[in-house]
Amino acid sequence: MDLNFTSEELAFRDEVRAFLREQLPADIAQRIKSGLSIRAEDYTRWQKLLFKRGWGAPTWPKQFGGTGWNPVQLHIFDEESAAAGAPRTIPFGLKMVGPVIMAFGNQTQQQRWLPRIVNGEDWWCQGYSEPGAGSDLASLKTRAERQGDHYIVNGQKTWNTLGQYADWIFCLVRTDPNAPKQQQGISFLLIDMKSPGITVRPIITMEGAHEVNEVWLENVKVPVENRIGEENKGWTYAKFLLGHERTNIAGVGASKRELHRLKDIARQEIKNGRPLIEDPLFAARIAQVEIDLLALEMTQLRVLSAEAQKRAPGPEASILKIKGTEVQQALSELMMYAVGPYALPFERGSREEGDLRSIAGPAYAAPLAATYCNYRKVSIYGGSNEIQRNIISQMILGL
Amino acid sequence: MDFNFTEEQQLLADTVRRFVREHYSFEARREILQTPEGWSRDLWQQLAGLGLTALNVPEEHGGLGAGPIETMLVMNALGEGLVLAPYLSAAVIAPALLSRINDAKAAAELLPAIAAGERIVIVAHQEPKTRGELNHVATRAEKSGDSYVLDGHKSVVMHGGAADELLISARTGGKPGDRDGISIFRVAPGASGVKVKAYRTMDEQQAADIELTKVKVPATALVGAEGAAFAAIEAAHDLGLSAICAEAVGIMKALNAATLEYTKNRKQFGQPIAKFQVLQHRMADMFLNAEQATSMSYLAAIKCVDPDAGERRRSLSAAKVAIGQAGRFVGQQAIQLHGGMGMTDELIVSHYFKRLTAIDLTFGDTDFHIQQFVELSG
Repeated sequence: MDLNFTSEELAFRDEVRAFLREQLPADIAQRIKSGLSIRAEDYTRWQKLLFKRGWGAPTWPKQFGGTGWNPVQLHIFDEESAAAGAPRTIPFGLKMVGPVIMAFGNQTQQQRWLPRIVNGEDWWCQGYSEPGAGSDLASLKTRAERQGDHYIVNGQKTWNTLGQYADWIFCLVRTDPNAPKQQQGISFLLIDMKSPGITVRPIITMEGAHEVNEVWLENVKVPVENRIGEENKGWTYAKFLLGHERTNIAGVGASKRELHRLKDIARQEIKNGRPLIEDPLFAARIAQVEIDLLALEMTQLRVLSAEAQKRAPGPEASILKIKGTEVQQALSELMMYAVGPYALPFERGSREEGDLRSIAGPAYAAPLAATYCNYRKVSIYGGSNEIQRNIISQMILGL
Repeated sequence: MDFNFTEEQQLLADTVRRFVREHYSFEARREILQTPEGWSRDLWQQLAGLGLTALNVPEEHGGLGAGPIETMLVMNALGEGLVLAPYLSAAVIAPALLSRINDAKAAAELLPAIAAGERIVIVAHQEPKTRGELNHVATRAEKSGDSYVLDGHKSVVMHGGAADELLISARTGGKPGDRDGISIFRVAPGASGVKVKAYRTMDEQQAADIELTKVKVPATALVGAEGAAFAAIEAAHDLGLSAICAEAVGIMKALNAATLEYTKNRKQFGQPIAKFQVLQHRMADMFLNAEQATSMSYLAAIKCVDPDAGERRRSLSAAKVAIGQAGRFVGQQAIQLHGGMGMTDELIVSHYFKRLTAIDLTFGDTDFHIQQFVELSG
């Protein structure tokens, strides 16, 4: 057992640091370090800079334009990027559909779509959940009927994140409604968002943001060559995708950065004539989340090292999802409480617009209530934390 | 020992609840939110018509002279309806302050107008460094001939922008942290040197920051004896704290009902999700949290007028902690159990959640009241 990085790993870390120092746009880092939400154009701008450096797909093997990094290198890259205030990598292409195309797509499909994910040209979005199919994803109803060399797709998808910017959507559709089990009649289609018959309707969340959408598909014509893998075998690919989605789900690096911001705020806030960070009760709350985060980091390193030979995380990733999201929520909550009543003044869009002139109170208070509200989603999305506990019970404990 | 409400109290509770359900639907509320003011003066007149603005005004000034139990019952219903009116500020705290500050003239001038719903009077007390400490008043009032000059900053004053008249606390003696030396002044929001910056809060209620720069008021603007306003401010605040606890209870019960309804109807894996034991236990915990909160809201209503200040404040802090914690649990779990739908602006659930969050940040948060409880427990 050794927690220290090797000299090669240290050299790699220096290389990452130097790159971030030289290439990360200051305005993006400033947004992230101030707790503002990241805009689509910021993601893309950063993706293109990463691509230029040859780091467009940190989690992919070299043959598909990836870096071929090992788990320790990936960990170092994530840590350093988060600390510097870089956006997380865009998940929809790199962590979701990309691995599916690599594993199950044919060569033509790989050549057509993968390079455009790595170089930041295509923005992907997710067509999984439906109004009646959330945790129970396999009950999805969107229909795809074969007509010659096309499918005609009809249905409704929901909780589609940032689809308003998307060029492509990957969709789970039902191709055989008569299959004996509902998991058996599903196919995996890639659909051009410019196709006639697609309507994207915003869903406004409680903090007033437009981050998710409903996507309506009405007689959308999709060429058969846009199907990944075999017809009616889509569920296998869907599960594979969900496994990869949980890569780096713990968000340790980002939470360390947020912990830093929390302490920064607690140093500036005054309670009973002293900095809030010296208040015993508040200091204990910060310590508790810091300890949870440290334990999470150690667990993540153990999981990474066990997975060094495998590509997708196993059911242990559920631990990281649960604890990671609990830490993220705790941090967003403590930051809001740190500023007290000045967390209340609120303007819709204060987290998106990057306007830190708050209505009243210190500038750093402006996005905190919105972030707290927004982060309630993290224990719901990507398989709710209840579903993650089911995975642990069934897959690890064998219950 | 008697936990029953009188017939009159029960009638009041039923009347207000029925009124809110009939006249303050979520859709009606949404329309009110589209207006620049963000609350409805028409509705205020209707509340006045029901006698609700007169509830906390003494009978000799045209009020009903009711008590904290009646206020609690009203706040339960306003909580359930998420009513966007300055009720807590203008119909609970302001009349409570005016009826306790020993100023017959101010009481006679203002209380009947408050009772009739004709005048919105708002107490502006909180400051950026208050953080729950009521004696932390840094705003100064300097005597100059037969007038006073006020300088200072009042922060996140609930419904401060709606005020026809402000009651502003300012120091005529002592230093921040002293109980003595705090006075109350009547100030017109439009007076020279008063800058009212009104805004919405995260829960879509209204608040304002009020900057006072060399605001000159006549000596007659002083309410009550100079430097002796703290007891009345504290008493009004204590009634307000009890009232906001009751509002939170109304919200928690509504949230639990909504969650129960949703989980019974939402089907996944071939059955209503309410059939899953993990969710059943979660909802059992939400229920028991709301019940504990109800109990503490009763305690707050009974104790908020206790003449023994130590006992009074200790009970109120205990109530605020219990309600803050229960509200946090119930609010967060209601969102979680509604899944993505709970995140949306479209359902009332997220609005309840936001109001519960704001309530915990009002009148001192859970941490503040834990510390106050420890200090008062000796």
